[in-house]
Amino acid sequence: MYVWVKIVSALMLTSLILTFSSEASDRAFNLGSIATSQQVKGWDIDVRPDGVGAPIGSGTAFDGEEVFAEQCASCHGDFGEGVDRWPELVGGDGTLNTHDPLKTTGSYWPYASTIFDYIYRAMPFGASQSLSYDETYQIVAYLLYMNDIIDDDFVLSDQNIGLIKMPNQDGFLLPDPRPDVSNINGNPCMENCNVPVKIIGKAKDIDVTPED
Amino acid sequence: MKFSRRNLIKSFAALGSVGFSTRVLAQDKPNPNNLPPNLPEWTPDLGAGVDENPYGSPSEFESNVIRRNVPWLTASPQSSVNFTPLQDLEGIVTPNGLCFERHHGGVAEINPTDYRLMINGLVDREMIFSLDDLKRFPQVNKFYFLECAANGGMEWKGAQLNGCQYTFGMVHNVQYTGVKLSDLVRETGLKPKAKWVLAEGSDTSGMTRSIPIEKILDDCLIAWAMNGEALRPEQGYPARLVVPGWEGNMWVKWIRRLEFGDKPYMTREETSKYTDLLTDGKARMFTWVMEAKSVVTSPSPEKPILHKGIQQLRGLAWSGKGKIKRVDVSLDGGKNWRTAQLHAPIMSKSLVRFTLPFEWSGEELLIQSRAIDETGYVQPYIQELQKIRGKNSIYHNNSIATWLVTKSGRVDNVRLG
Repeated sequence: MYVWVKIVSALMLTSLILTFSSEASDRAFNLGSIATSQQVKGWDIDVRPDGVGAPIGSGTAFDGEEVFAEQCASCHGDFGEGVDRWPELVGGDGTLNTHDPLKTTGSYWPYASTIFDYIYRAMPFGASQSLSYDETYQIVAYLLYMNDIIDDDFVLSDQNIGLIKMPNQDGFLLPDPRPDVSNINGNPCMENCNVPVKIIGKAKDIDVTPED
Repeated sequence: MKFSRRNLIKSFAALGSVGFSTRVLAQDKPNPNNLPPNLPEWTPDLGAGVDENPYGSPSEFESNVIRRNVPWLTASPQSSVNFTPLQDLEGIVTPNGLCFERHHGGVAEINPTDYRLMINGLVDREMIFSLDDLKRFPQVNKFYFLECAANGGMEWKGAQLNGCQYTFGMVHNVQYTGVKLSDLVRETGLKPKAKWVLAEGSDTSGMTRSIPIEKILDDCLIAWAMNGEALRPEQGYPARLVVPGWEGNMWVKWIRRLEFGDKPYMTREETSKYTDLLTDGKARMFTWVMEAKSVVTSPSPEKPILHKGIQQLRGLAWSGKGKIKRVDVSLDGGKNWRTAQLHAPIMSKSLVRFTLPFEWSGEELLIQSRAIDETGYVQPYIQELQKIRGKNSIYHNNSIATWLVTKSGRVDNVRLG
């Protein structure tokens, strides 16, 4: 028994030394400190589209209506219709290809995870990270319900937020196709160029420039 | 050159009620008692001693050189933007107090003693660095422009704001001092699966953006100084991310965390905001680079022509893809072009100053500038962009602007078609 303990301790010591020496050689400058899992947990609040990072919790739109009225409605309106210049959160279906597109969580946002991530980290405006996880799930559920994506008794949680299919999930194009204008290889027209020179609009006529 | 006060006043009367007229008139008419052969009033007496203003500020006569915003653009000043007064600046360095601001939840006030940068996720060692730690890494000093992707965003549908500041001023250019992220990750190590980095701010908006690891390891910095002094609070004090040549939203201020992962995080900013809507209702995503652009800063709506005769046209050009190779200027709306003089230093992903002298005899002008970068990319007309992207993209309008100079010397932002 005693012998075993000794052997195990010796092995542990060896592995400790090995770990230490390998770290010392990997680290170029020996600056900074190792983060504990507790420290990382406190700051690592992001939630990915596949649900990775979603904190344990749940909520329904039915419960979310009241939380939304208390925490969100003063800027976004009771039904997400927006107050003054604060953003509308609901509606806009079928408007993205029109002259007046309305981008809301329902019509434009591609992932439910993003709504959770953003509300938890940044809302209510000026009181960020003050909502509980459950309250956040409730508010997200209420928004999804108002955008006709889930029913009012659907229990949104860390288990299924990565499975919600948003209406505009396939509305985004990758990768960046620029440069997308005609390539004139650094030699544009220098003389007698055929360009329109008729004035068709003046900013001063629109008259929205702030005056000092 | 003859200078007639009477004519000057007459030309300003012609300007009517334009907001900028008062700003120029603030120069006021000269006091003859200060002019030769008289002794100017500031000569006989002692002036202010040293330390009267321990952190110096501009002359009171320069009080019009300030950032300005467009209040109707946003719901609150804490989540808003203002504009650099490009028309009043010379050279390529933006003074720290004039760098445009874009906040999403106001300016975080951070005691540098309490500052920490966390690096977590797909690294060999999850680590935390203090500001002192960061400053002990090898440092770099580099000039870079920072441009908001929405610079010129109000001009997609037509000439809307009548000012160089309001149409081009979401850009600034400073020298950053910081540590390369490629050096920082030598300390944490990287797992082979690490492909993306989530950069996260510690302000109340918790600003987050996903950045591909190739860019992070290529030229990104964590900077703690700008133009030789600590970052200004409104620019991310005590530390911010620098993402050279890419849209300003990614340059996370007050940065608190870098998480390495195998997929993009699809944050609110990179999905619902900084995506470019096309006419068919689809939107481009991850359009990071700021393509070549230029602007004539004088003459401009804020800088009318005051005298006939020789003029020194001035402007700025930049490209997120490298160095500016050439800038052309047209005075007739793009029919004929002359190549402007570029002023050294000409640095990659930095503003470049250009000038072009010309004679003005009181005729109407349609002034344009066109930048060409080292990739051969030529700054386009708005019609070229609209043809492909429509008018609802908001972001990445790098098109050629037109300043109309009227016979009185007044200058207006106009759209040609």
